[in-house]
Amino acid sequence: MGTALKEEDIERQKVLTVAYQPKAKYAWAAGIAIGRFLEGLKAGEILGTRCEHCGRVAVPPRIFCEWCFKSSDSWVKLPDTGIVNTFSISYITADTTRVKTPIIPAVIGIDSTTNAGFLHLIGEVKPEDVRIDMRVKAVWLDPSQRKGSITDIKYFTPLK
Amino acid sequence: MFVKKRVAVVGAGMTKFMRRAQETGKELAFEAVRQALDSCNMRIQDIESVALGTAPDAFDGVHMKGEYLLDGAGAYRKPYSRNFVGGGTGVFSPIHGWFHVASGLYDTCLVVAEEKMSSCLPHPQAAFLTIFDNMIERPLGPNLIWIFALEMQRYMHRHKIPKEQIAQVAVKNKRNALDHPSAQIAKAVTLQDILDSEVLAWPVQRLDISPVSDGACAIVLASEDVARQITDSPVWIDGVGWNLDTTYWTNRDLYFPRYVANAARMAYSMAGISNPRKQIDFAEPYDPFDYKELHHMEGLLLCRKGEAPKLTAEGVTERDGKLPICPSGGLLGVGNPIAAAGMMKICELFWQLRGEAGKRQVAGDPRTAVAQAWGDLMQIGTVVVMRS
Repeated sequence: MGTALKEEDIERQKVLTVAYQPKAKYAWAAGIAIGRFLEGLKAGEILGTRCEHCGRVAVPPRIFCEWCFKSSDSWVKLPDTGIVNTFSISYITADTTRVKTPIIPAVIGIDSTTNAGFLHLIGEVKPEDVRIDMRVKAVWLDPSQRKGSITDIKYFTPLK
Repeated sequence: MFVKKRVAVVGAGMTKFMRRAQETGKELAFEAVRQALDSCNMRIQDIESVALGTAPDAFDGVHMKGEYLLDGAGAYRKPYSRNFVGGGTGVFSPIHGWFHVASGLYDTCLVVAEEKMSSCLPHPQAAFLTIFDNMIERPLGPNLIWIFALEMQRYMHRHKIPKEQIAQVAVKNKRNALDHPSAQIAKAVTLQDILDSEVLAWPVQRLDISPVSDGACAIVLASEDVARQITDSPVWIDGVGWNLDTTYWTNRDLYFPRYVANAARMAYSMAGISNPRKQIDFAEPYDPFDYKELHHMEGLLLCRKGEAPKLTAEGVTERDGKLPICPSGGLLGVGNPIAAAGMMKICELFWQLRGEAGKRQVAGDPRTAVAQAWGDLMQIGTVVVMRS
């Protein structure tokens, strides 16, 4: 049936374990579409792609439309505004460390797209004031600090 | 759809689900397989093929986990392959095995699902993180719980569902699990306990979530004529379905799992089910988080969109209700060793439909039931319809 161990059985080494830590490093090619998207962010622009077949404007951009399965090589400069599709108020970080000041991840639906958006953070707002469908605008890093990363946008903040 | 041979489940076995198992994955797999074979008086020599499901190698830190598990899974010198479709793996595994028999290729197939998540320190969360997009999501420091929180919030918003109505699922399932001999976190908890538990990423709280688990499950499949030689009470796999939505999850409205509905329609159509609300006697939808059970009841077309919380509040989904949901105790009560958790639901259907579920037995001689799992980036539905 299986033998359950307690946490302390491991900690006090009452059972034998063998430890290992993998050391693998990766250098990912950003790719054609995301490469250009990241270049756009560095220049302070959100870029999407339009499928000339179905007319859909998508972000994150891709070189193909998965609906039509055709190339979508038409690029569109999108506004840096949108709405909060959904959000969370997170008291844990990536490694589940507890934080007092919550992180507010959200799916931001970007204006002028076909119901498309991406994951980002909300800032300069009290957690209790964040609402679904709230209008938001990107807050950018200073151009000198941008490096072609999703974090070139610091966060999105409510449009006044 | 052309199915050459009707496929039956003739035996089932499972280990205890636990936070940390002393046994290795191989040893857990062996325990589950041994039990499944013994339950139908079969020998490993009677098994013609083996299908295995298990989640990412990163949990165990063992590359080629399928091969690693081979000997414990009873696959030594047999046609053997491994499937993995994230959290959907557990219910995809019987489908994977079903191909072998329904196609006429083999008369028997052993299906094994194993997971040992506890080896990954300090928490398998670290291994989960790599499911996020490596270019534009991981730099934001996401946590796996975020995707659940974001989906749950969208679902609650769209149907104006209060948190209390969602938390009642956790109360029900943890209580149902008290009657499951393999359960890891069966407990009589109150609604208030759930609502008072630590907020991790609102609206997700500690007790809304299933635990980290180790465990294994196995079932034996046989073609119709062979099944009738093995047992007088085979349970038939009459419908299978699976479907994947886009990985661009931020381009979809998360309030409804369309891919689950697509998978359900495929399985129902194969099983000749035109009105699931009337024709399904009980269901085991995937419940790694409490709201997911509700989300999946709707995806499985067992009620209207947004109606699942109401049915739960009315007691319809209790084990003695009109449509019992997760009579096993689900992942929230029995535990969540990813692939094995989905297969636990298949085992539950098998035992329930044979009237062998003991204290968990659903009343009224259930004849038709559905199990479902879900996973990847909120994008796969795997569905199996079984009949006695």
